[in-house]
Amino acid sequence: MDWIDILLKVVFAFLMVMVVMTMAGYSVLAERKIASWIQGRVGPNRTALPGLSSIPVLGPMLVKMGIWQPLADGVKFLFKEDPIPGHVKKFYYVLAPMISLAPALITMVVLPFGVYYVDGQAMPLVLANVDIGILFILAVSSLGVYGIVIGGWAANSKYPFYGGIRSSAQMISYELAMGMSILPVLMWANGPAGGLGDLTLYNVVTSQQAVWLVFWMPVPAFVFLVSLFAETNRMPFDAPESETELVGGFHTEYGSFKFGLYFVAEYAHMIIGSAVFTLLFLGGWQLFPTFGILPDWVANPWAGWGWIGSVLSVLVFIGKLLFFIVFFIWVRWTLPRFRYDQIMNLGWKYLVPIALACIFIYALIIAGWDLMVAVENTPAEVVQPDGQVVTQQEDLITH
Amino acid sequence: MQDFFFYLFSALTVLSALLVVVNPNAVNGAMYMILSFIGMAVLFLLLDAFFLAVLQVLVYAGAVMVLFLFIIMLLDVERASKVRPKALSTAAALVGFGLLVVGLGYLFLGGGSVTPAELSAAPEIPMQDGGTNPMEFATASRSFGYGLFTKYMLPFQVTGFLLLIAMMGVIVLSKRLGPSGQEEPTTEAVK
Amino acid sequence: MAKVVERKPLSFLEKTYIPQIVGGLTITLKNVFRPKVTLQYPEERPPIPQGYRGIPALVKDPHGREKCVSCQLCEFVCPPKAIRITPGEIAEGSENEHVEKAPEDFEINMLRCIYCGLCQEVCPEEAIFLQGDFNSLVGTTREEFVNHKDKLYELGGTRPDEHYKWDKKKEAAEQAAAGGHH
Ligand code: SF4
Ligand code: SF4
Repeated sequence: MDWIDILLKVVFAFLMVMVVMTMAGYSVLAERKIASWIQGRVGPNRTALPGLSSIPVLGPMLVKMGIWQPLADGVKFLFKEDPIPGHVKKFYYVLAPMISLAPALITMVVLPFGVYYVDGQAMPLVLANVDIGILFILAVSSLGVYGIVIGGWAANSKYPFYGGIRSSAQMISYELAMGMSILPVLMWANGPAGGLGDLTLYNVVTSQQAVWLVFWMPVPAFVFLVSLFAETNRMPFDAPESETELVGGFHTEYGSFKFGLYFVAEYAHMIIGSAVFTLLFLGGWQLFPTFGILPDWVANPWAGWGWIGSVLSVLVFIGKLLFFIVFFIWVRWTLPRFRYDQIMNLGWKYLVPIALACIFIYALIIAGWDLMVAVENTPAEVVQPDGQVVTQQEDLITH
Repeated sequence: MQDFFFYLFSALTVLSALLVVVNPNAVNGAMYMILSFIGMAVLFLLLDAFFLAVLQVLVYAGAVMVLFLFIIMLLDVERASKVRPKALSTAAALVGFGLLVVGLGYLFLGGGSVTPAELSAAPEIPMQDGGTNPMEFATASRSFGYGLFTKYMLPFQVTGFLLLIAMMGVIVLSKRLGPSGQEEPTTEAVK
Repeated sequence: MAKVVERKPLSFLEKTYIPQIVGGLTITLKNVFRPKVTLQYPEERPPIPQGYRGIPALVKDPHGREKCVSCQLCEFVCPPKAIRITPGEIAEGSENEHVEKAPEDFEINMLRCIYCGLCQEVCPEEAIFLQGDFNSLVGTTREEFVNHKDKLYELGGTRPDEHYKWDKKKEAAEQAAAGGHH
C-alpha cells in the first residue's frame, strides 16, 4: 500500500469521526428539543454566537433552533473542573470513559454509507470493505460494555457498581438475541438474493433492491430493534443508569469531560446502531424498494449521475439514520423503564426463542426457494474487493 | 511493516498473558486477559484471518470476559486473592506447564509444524481464483462454513453436543438450589 | 368488606405491549404539535395578580416627600430581621421640617427578606410597599443584595396619596398659629 493511500484513509477516517461526533453532539440537541416538544416546552433557544447570530433573519432563527447549544455544552464540559473522587480506582476510572467511546468510533470503519460508480459498477463508500463487516461491528461494539462495567466498578461506590453489574448482564443477554436476529438477513442476502457467501454489509444492502427486509422479515427486524435499544442502554432498557433508583448509575461519580465522553459515547453507539439497522433492514442508501414490479432505477436513481449520485445516496442514508435517531428519542420520552427482571425475562424468554424460531422458519423458506429456483445453475457475479468482476459457476451446492 | 506489527502484538500478547498469571488482583488479571485476546486477534488479522480475529474478539473479549468480570466483581475479590494455591494444584499446574513446553518445543524443533501447503489442502474448497493464496482458506467466512459443514461435520456436531451437555449440566446443578436459590446463576447457566 | 376486583386477563396482543407502545407514541407525537406552554421570561412576563407581594420598597408621595418617618415599626416587626434603619432628623428650615424625622439610611437585605409583607402592613405612614412586580435578583456578592435607601426609593417611585396627613397637620398648625377660632 502506498503511503498516499494510507494518508487518504487516515484523512477519510478523520472526516468520518468528525461527522459522527458532530452528529452525536447534535443528537444531544435533538434529544433535548424533542423532549421539550413532547412535554410542551420549547427547549434550548438562547445560546448565541457573537458574530453569526447577528445576521439579520438567519441568526436569530438559528439561535431559536438551539444550533449553537452543543458547542456551548462541549465547551462547558471541556472547561469544567475535573475532580477525581478520592475513593476511586484511578487508572480504571480514567480509562473507562475512553473504552466506552472507542468501540463506537472503530465500528465506523466497516460501515458503508453510500455508493459510487466506477465504469457503471457500483462500489460501496466505506473505509474498509472487509468480508466480515457485520461480525466486526458486533464484535467491536460488544467491547463497549467494558466502558460501563469498568466505570461502575472503578467508581468504587454502590450505585455505580449496581449500574455496571446490570449493564454487563443486560448486554450479554441481548447480544445473543441481536446476533441471532441478524442470521436470517445474512441467509437471505447470501441465498435467494444472489449474494455469494460473505458477510459484507454492502452485500446485504444490494440484496435488498427488490424488497427491504423490514417488510419481508418484520419479526427479526423487531427483535434487532429491541436488542439495539437494550445494547445502547436507551430508555425502556436504561436500567444501568436509571436515575430514579441508582442516582446516575455507572456514571454517578463522573463529572465534566469524562461524563461528557460517556454521554457522547451513548449517542455514538446509537448512531452506529441506527446505521446498522438501516443497512440490514431498511435498504441502506436505496431510495425505494422495487418490490419486483417497479423498474430498477427506483432503488438507485442516481446510478448514472457521477459524484452527485454518490452524495445523494449518502444523503438518503443519513436521512434514514436521522429518522431512527428521532425514533430512539421519541421512544425514550414515551415509555417508562422496564424493571430489571422484566428486562431479563424479555431477553431470554421471549427475544431469544423468537429469534431462534425466525432462523428456523426463514431457513426453511430459503431452502425451499433455493430448491425451486435452482440456484446452482445460474452464474453468479462476484465483485472482488479490487473492483474486478468475476463470473463463476456457482457450484457450492452441487459439490 | 507487517513484521513490526507482528513483533509488537506478539510481545503485547505474551506480556499481558504473563501478567494475567503474575498479577494478584483479579480484575487487573481479567483486563490483561482481554488485552492478550485482542493482541491475539490482531495476530490473526496479520495472517489475513479476519473471520477468526473477529470471532476471537466477539466470543472471548466480548462475551466470555464480560462474564468473568461479572463474576469477579460479584465475588469478594479481596479475600479470594489471598488464598494460596494448594500443593496439589501447584504440582498439577507445573506438570501442565511442562507438557506445554515440551509440545511447543516439538512443534518448533521437531518438524511437527504444518506447512502452508498442507494447511491450504485442509478444507478443499473450490477457489474462486485458482487458489493462488495458500492461506486463502482462512480469509473468507464462507470457506469456514463450507469446511464446517462438509469435512468437519462430525467434530462440529460433536462439539455442539458437548456444549449442549454442559449447558444441561449447569441447569441441573443450578436448579438443585431449589426455589430459595438465587436467580442470578441462571444467566450464566444459559450461557 | 374486601371487594375483589376482577381483572380481565391480558389478551395476546396486550401481552406483546405493542398496541400500548404505539398508543403511547401517538400521544407523545400529538403533544409535539400542541402549542407550547413555555413563557420566554425576560421578554414575556406573566400577568401579576392583585396583591402580589414583590420586592419591598419605599415610596414618595406625589409632592416628592419621602413618606417614611423612620418610626422603626417595620424593623421591629420584620420576622427575619431583614430591615435595618438608621433614623435621622429632618434639618430645620426644610420644607418638611414639621415631619421631624426621616431615615438617614434604610437597608433591606434581600437575602433575608421572606416577602411576608408585614412591613407594609405595619407601616403607619404607608411608606413601604411590596411592589406588585418582581425583579429578578442577581448578584455575585452579598452586598449586592442589600438594598439601600436610594435604591429603595428608585424601586418604589411615587404612589398616589389619599390623606396628605402631614400637609393637613401643617395647615392646621399654621391656622392655629394665625389665630384660629375653634
Ligand atoms: S417604613 Fe413605615 S414602619 Fe418603617 S420606619 Fe418608615 S414609617 Fe416606620
Ligand atoms: S416583607 Fe417581611 S421579611 Fe421582607 S422586609 Fe418586609 S417584614 Fe421583613
